[in-house]
Amino acid sequence: MSDLRLRIKELYERNPKASEIVKIIRDYASIIKKHVKIMDFCGTHEWTITYYGLRSLMPNNIELIAGPGCPVCVTPGYYVEALIKLSLEGVNVITYGDAFKLPSVRGSNPKSLAEAKALGGKVTVVYSFLDAVKVAKERPNEEHVFFSVGFETTMPAVSTTLYYRAVPHNLYVLSAHRLTPPIMKYLMSNVKGVELDGVLAPGHVSAILGSNAWEFIPKDYGVTTVVTGFEPLDVLLAVLLILKSIKEGRAELLNEYRRVVKPEGNLTAKKTINEVFTYVDSYWRGIGVVEGSGAKLKATYERNDAEVRYGIKEPKTHSDIIPGCRCGEVVLGLRKPTECPLFMKVCTPENPYGPCMVSSEGTCRIWAENLPLSVEGI
Amino acid sequence: MCLGVPAKVLRVWSVGELRYAEVDLGGLSKEVILALDEPVNEGDYVIVHAGMGISKIKEEEVEETLKIWEDLYNQGLHIEQ
Repeated sequence: MSDLRLRIKELYERNPKASEIVKIIRDYASIIKKHVKIMDFCGTHEWTITYYGLRSLMPNNIELIAGPGCPVCVTPGYYVEALIKLSLEGVNVITYGDAFKLPSVRGSNPKSLAEAKALGGKVTVVYSFLDAVKVAKERPNEEHVFFSVGFETTMPAVSTTLYYRAVPHNLYVLSAHRLTPPIMKYLMSNVKGVELDGVLAPGHVSAILGSNAWEFIPKDYGVTTVVTGFEPLDVLLAVLLILKSIKEGRAELLNEYRRVVKPEGNLTAKKTINEVFTYVDSYWRGIGVVEGSGAKLKATYERNDAEVRYGIKEPKTHSDIIPGCRCGEVVLGLRKPTECPLFMKVCTPENPYGPCMVSSEGTCRIWAENLPLSVEGI
Repeated sequence: MCLGVPAKVLRVWSVGELRYAEVDLGGLSKEVILALDEPVNEGDYVIVHAGMGISKIKEEEVEETLKIWEDLYNQGLHIEQ
């Protein structure tokens, strides 16, 4: 049997039909005439769009903009501040690579876990929570804290292992998880200037939540939403489906990523997520407090809760917006990275200044690594 | 971190109720946890996200999705202006 991954690549990446799809997109665009704004909602979609140059294929009235698809970008600085302190006190901080260089609060020194490690702090970078469990088991005489960032996709690794009691007693979880439907609701209801005509819903978040989680967008806001895969052809198809809906005067929810996403999602993962986490109003860096948008460990799991173990408390006022940084506006689709005066000047992938340049899902980082900087008006 | 990658399942096993798999991530062999509704066997493909198998890829749907395009293409030839 041929490798399914190669078959998907052949079908979705190297498929000459892309040019025909673009032609139909242009036909629809010329009939619709009005300006159409479509937001992607996942850093990996933004990567696909930027890396494959899909924006350059769009007609003038079709605009693809990046939305809040980067969890590291919105993770509050006070978590980093607390973890830096713990790492210097001898607690081993375990983090995904994406958050290693994430800046702490304003004026902090060291300013990231990377700098803390350079100063002798204990920091371990891992690929997954399972790796963190292994580190904690291999070093049983130390205390370890896992910086658990991410949207719904990174939650089941933590919830499944906690639920089945597979987390060792010396590993504490700092839950910085943020949820995607609440921020989408916030964006649609509260943010002026991002009036959308279409949404590319995040593919892998939808694998967990189910495509049904997005029903509220067409229903409450009249905006067509397509659950989309990550190959360039997936994105082009989704754009085409949105334009078709607009032309025919419908607002609907469609699932283009049926090979991975079910309407009801992953029930096994959702069960342990709901058993382990509780949902609270939470602060998003650069954005503010969003109703019911954060996940904390339930009291049943406080034995492994870093907030309880180390008394980590949210400050009354946040001081993690870095002077001059436009990350908050970039995340909400109000500004392009190239419209930030710091972009590729003091803020680069090698030496990120703001959170959107840190993670590989950050819009600034994606643009920095994939766009020729001389191109204007992208 | 937040990147989902299609991976081939090489081996599956359980510890208590927790299901594990060894997967091939583009040539790299990696141990992951499985949180899936359906059973997974050697040779299946799953989406691995930060060390966790979150979805089994439905082989029969792979080409099915492109049929959406086929339909749109056929209609697209006759878009009413």
